[in-house]
Amino acid sequence: MKIKSLAALAASTALLAPMAMAADMADSMTLVSWGGAYQKSQVNAYSEPYMAMHPDVEVVWDESSAEAVAKLRAMNEAGNVTWDLVDVVAADAIRLCDEGLAMEYDPDDLLAAAPDGTSAGDDFGDLIVSDCFIPQIVYSTAFGYRTDLVGDTPPDDICDVFDLETYPGKRSLEKRPINNMEWALLCDGVAKDEVYDVLATPEGQEKALAKLGTIKDSVIWWSAGADTPQLLADGEIVMGSTYNGRLFSVIEEQKQPVAMLWDAQVFDLDGWIIPAGLPADRLARVKDFVMFATDTQRLADQAKYISYGPARASSAPLVGKHADLGIDMAPHMPTDPNNAKNTFLYNYEFWADYRDDIDAKFQAWLAQ
Amino acid sequence: MAALTPIFRTPVTFYVPVVAAAGAFAGLFIGTAQGSGLLGIVAGAALLAVLALAATRLLDNERAVRWGIVVLFTIGGFLIGSTPGLILGLAFGWFFGWFIYWTYEGRYRAKLPPYLTPGQVLWHFTFRVICGAILVFLITPILVVMPLSFNAEDFFTFTPEMLRLDPEGYSLKHYKDFFTNDDWQQALRNSVMIAPVATLLSVSFGTLAAIGLSSEHVPFRRAIMAILISPMIVPLIISAAGMYFFYSRIGLQGTYFGVVLAHAALGIPFVIITVTATLVGFDRSLTRAAANMGADPVTTFFRVQMPLILPGVISGGLFAFITSFDEVVVVLFVGSAGQKTLPWQMFTGLREQISPTILAVATILVAISICLLTVVEMLRRRSERLRGMSPG
Repeated sequence: MKIKSLAALAASTALLAPMAMAADMADSMTLVSWGGAYQKSQVNAYSEPYMAMHPDVEVVWDESSAEAVAKLRAMNEAGNVTWDLVDVVAADAIRLCDEGLAMEYDPDDLLAAAPDGTSAGDDFGDLIVSDCFIPQIVYSTAFGYRTDLVGDTPPDDICDVFDLETYPGKRSLEKRPINNMEWALLCDGVAKDEVYDVLATPEGQEKALAKLGTIKDSVIWWSAGADTPQLLADGEIVMGSTYNGRLFSVIEEQKQPVAMLWDAQVFDLDGWIIPAGLPADRLARVKDFVMFATDTQRLADQAKYISYGPARASSAPLVGKHADLGIDMAPHMPTDPNNAKNTFLYNYEFWADYRDDIDAKFQAWLAQ
Repeated sequence: MAALTPIFRTPVTFYVPVVAAAGAFAGLFIGTAQGSGLLGIVAGAALLAVLALAATRLLDNERAVRWGIVVLFTIGGFLIGSTPGLILGLAFGWFFGWFIYWTYEGRYRAKLPPYLTPGQVLWHFTFRVICGAILVFLITPILVVMPLSFNAEDFFTFTPEMLRLDPEGYSLKHYKDFFTNDDWQQALRNSVMIAPVATLLSVSFGTLAAIGLSSEHVPFRRAIMAILISPMIVPLIISAAGMYFFYSRIGLQGTYFGVVLAHAALGIPFVIITVTATLVGFDRSLTRAAANMGADPVTTFFRVQMPLILPGVISGGLFAFITSFDEVVVVLFVGSAGQKTLPWQMFTGLREQISPTILAVATILVAISICLLTVVEMLRRRSERLRGMSPG
């Protein structure tokens, strides 16, 4: 018995000897993402090619990104972190990093350099907004409108959202102050570069809420990214905000009578964090995966499945056609020059400082 | 029961307003669907009042008039709403034809005792209408889901094609998605593996606890009972959070066995309550008689007590099964992505991507539940009949 198992051990060691590196890595990992078309694009572009290269690795997907911060806190408290790599928006990454729940990393060490030799740190550039944040995509929150419900003059200005006379009917906005407050101020005559100065003052916050108050009775508040597409498809709303990838799917994949209103779209970033304190074998596996999944080609591949812009500068020229529809993806990217004439970038510093305060005011205003 | 009471034709002042009121009620729905509820009420009332008068005063042949009304409504419905309108018109026409003569001839009185006052007669029918309305209220959300699950689009929307009953608007693609998508199949497998084992544990422990707690010599019976049924009373989220931290410490979090144990804990109270209730009617002298004849306690339990309390055990087990099969909060905490059950998959599916696959799954689950309940009820009746506990 003993001899037998020893022999088996020797045999397996001999087999694994050429892959000594792989032997130190865990053979399963749990990736956390948002579900839906976005997660599917990650499966297609990242995990399936990776599993093709490493058939012995098991990848489990968990659709828990929406509550990633709370769950990671609980896991940390219970001393039982079961996630290996978590997809979060940049603001959550910053919070997790500040709380020590996410691992800090060195871009040039963890991530692959661009094909032309540019270091990863330079290739991602300013998009690495936190020491823990590994950027994947640039997405935006923009408006979509029903082409059959807006008459002959389709909306082309963000302030059309507040114009109930020209565009009567319901609109949907996200049930949180971020983005809505900026748009309200912009349409209340505040210059774009002063928006955050004004929003920092209590009067400015009142002003923004008052502007939102002019359409409050016509607003359906959403909390999940899938709500606005459903409402648009129902014809329940005339226009509504959501993530641009969701709108792309409604327009191009589901062929609904919907079009984009790109004006004053708000860019935001989404990417990975590695939970702090992973055991060595799991960490080694995740590092190997991240190196692969964030290289130039993989990020460009993801854009074949969903209209989010790759976070690497070197990926942009490689963005091609949609995998199934065969249409050019570049004009559907939020970063396309035609779409990006007037844009905001999510102001991480401002919202980190003011979020709790303005959130409380916004929720109180909603309940009135 | 037929013709218990002699019936008389009612006066114009009675049946015309009643029929008009029914017409107004139906008109409210038709009118709202067409854009103006008020107009619908007025038109419905007027149309039905005229019809009732015409049918009773001008014409004499009931059968012919009722057919006429059906044809009239069917054509009207078709003009307003093509094929679906035709079907609705057919139903409305049949109903109103019947209703006009039912009130006019006084047939509503026929099967009621002759001594009832008009007020009691009114209450008799109001009560039935209220019961019907409650039934409709309870069942409509489930019924709406079923046609939507055959939607050809990827949204929760009745498309114009569907409303026209155009086959183009319907498809089985969401069912196909459920049966071919790995996520859903994995979730189904997990649910099917977790629920029966959790049920088995709940039924074994719950029945034992109920039998023990129903014997008089156990100390602190009430306190123990209260603790055992607390998972049913404590908010689920609190149990879930507590289990999460406890199971994490002892290494059960994120394991199959952990989820089974958690679900068993949730199911036990149901079994205890139903079995305790059944035990109230259990005659303890039977166990003494069995012991007297030389049976040991285990034999007594399986041969004498268990068959008699079986209905309670089965319904408790059914509740425990459904608790586990429907449960989403605890599994979100105690399970990890590897133990994703159907309700979990439906929950994330609803939040992240409103996909009609959920409706297809819901329809399948409803069908399974109905089958399950029917089978259990038939078995129960059969066993009652065999033991002579109920007639027929």
